[in-house]
Amino acid sequence: MNATFVNLIYLVSAVLFILGIKGLSKPKTAVRGNLLSATGMLLAVIVTLLDKSIVGYSWIIAGVLLGSVIGATMAIKVKMTSMPQMVALLNGFGGGASLAIALAEYSGKAGSVPEVMSALAGKVGANPFGSGPEGFIAILSIGLTVVIGAVTLTGSLVAFGKLQELIKKDRGLPGGPIGNGILLLAALASVMTLCADPSQTSMIVLATAIALLLGLSLVMPIGGADMPVVIALLNSYSGIAAALAGFILGNTVLIVAGSLVGTSGLILTKIMCVAMNRSLANVLFGKMAAGGESISADEVYEGKVKSCGAEEASMMLESAKRVVIVPGFGMAMAQAQHAVRELADVMEARGTDVEFGIHPVAGRMPGHMNVLLAEAEVPYDKLVEMDRINPTFEDTDVAIVIGANDVCNPMARESEGSPIYGMPILNVDKAKTVIVIKRSLSPGFAGLPNPLFAMDHTYMVYGDGKKAVIDITAALDQA
Amino acid sequence: MEILVLLLALFVLSLFLGVELITKVPPTLHTPLMSGTNAISGITLVGALLAAGSDASSSLVNFLGFLAVTLATLNVVGGYLVTNRMLAMFKRK
Repeated sequence: MNATFVNLIYLVSAVLFILGIKGLSKPKTAVRGNLLSATGMLLAVIVTLLDKSIVGYSWIIAGVLLGSVIGATMAIKVKMTSMPQMVALLNGFGGGASLAIALAEYSGKAGSVPEVMSALAGKVGANPFGSGPEGFIAILSIGLTVVIGAVTLTGSLVAFGKLQELIKKDRGLPGGPIGNGILLLAALASVMTLCADPSQTSMIVLATAIALLLGLSLVMPIGGADMPVVIALLNSYSGIAAALAGFILGNTVLIVAGSLVGTSGLILTKIMCVAMNRSLANVLFGKMAAGGESISADEVYEGKVKSCGAEEASMMLESAKRVVIVPGFGMAMAQAQHAVRELADVMEARGTDVEFGIHPVAGRMPGHMNVLLAEAEVPYDKLVEMDRINPTFEDTDVAIVIGANDVCNPMARESEGSPIYGMPILNVDKAKTVIVIKRSLSPGFAGLPNPLFAMDHTYMVYGDGKKAVIDITAALDQA
Repeated sequence: MEILVLLLALFVLSLFLGVELITKVPPTLHTPLMSGTNAISGITLVGALLAAGSDASSSLVNFLGFLAVTLATLNVVGGYLVTNRMLAMFKRK
């Protein structure tokens, strides 16, 4: 197959990827965008299969079959509430693929001339990856791909373990960020040694091992509610690893696609950090600051928290003209999204205006709440982002908070010195009445009491999210 | 060297293009964006195919290639299917 033709087809694929992402700018065009992107992928794969350097197809067929069966099964079976785990796994596989390609490329070239290599080791021009700066860049790309790919692989597996609640402890290296820094330097040092003398196979093995360990130790100390940042960041790594693999192979479509994915992950990471008012370094290495004077839960709650049952809650909703529902991770945990949609339907049938207020970090990954509510067939124009819903709380009769905590804690707005001070929140407390559906008064991830629960116009409905919502719906339906 | 510079230019320009494209995606679609871009990063399949099918002196290369093909295919197939599943939910009204 003519190289020019192959590259032209790769160009077509790259354009289809770009159009695919462009399609995601509107829910209406998104499905078509995804199909365009998949078509681009198919084209790139077909034209690659015709490459004359491919002599055997048995390994390829085995890999494609195995990957397709597992991938399709996962995609069809996964529950929408488990989407963060799925994306974490896919990130990890992407990193693992880049790692394997880099290792294959290394052993393919370095292994082809072992005796010559050892004889010429250290001398200029002994680089089997090419001479001069090009050879240097080739081996450097391999080294860096190995490191990023390996970190993405194990980091994502740990993230998956945490999201699936297989790993419950948030414990890292004894040295914390310093330990991770040492590992990173050690990995880069092995890559540099490899670049100086590409024949040292032990160095690439060492770099792989250290980077695999680094992925573990980076993600192990990070808690569940910080997972949106971690997943977005690992998403970005998997893209960067693909782009670097593109430099190894001199392949244009890998570079374009990889950098698109890399920026996507980085932008999402930034959005998540801004929504938590924390720097990336703070999320990755720091615990939440134990700010100023700590306020005990008793001080905030004592004697001030009112609770009510489903009947009373439904009476508050009966006369409401406008209701805003604020979902959090608790809604996903309780699988309550369908029940919530039914409640919204009943209220709308009574002439109430219902909208959903979505905080960017609600849930365990960017957009998690939107996907859940879309699954429950809530129309997407009812899902309103934070900046647009916030000014409307003052005209809202009832705000229903279900399974959310820190994202509507007024301390973030008012109490200077609080660890979450400055984090943008949903101004739920500005609504005329607030109903909070929650199991107990236990704190959210930030470990802080929430003064919202103790406000005069707040009523707690204790219990399982799904059951509480169903009870309220039933009571409202009879009213 | 010229080729390298061209690849680098492509890389840098793609980063800028990425910023322009991604900032236009509404927060509602951020989860499908992640799974969709994940599928796109499965483009490493192209490199994996070349390694798995190459006429290598050691079978280690082919085996690593096989691993890469499996993982990248998982990414592509799983990623596109699950993205399509999610987007289809957003489409109906």
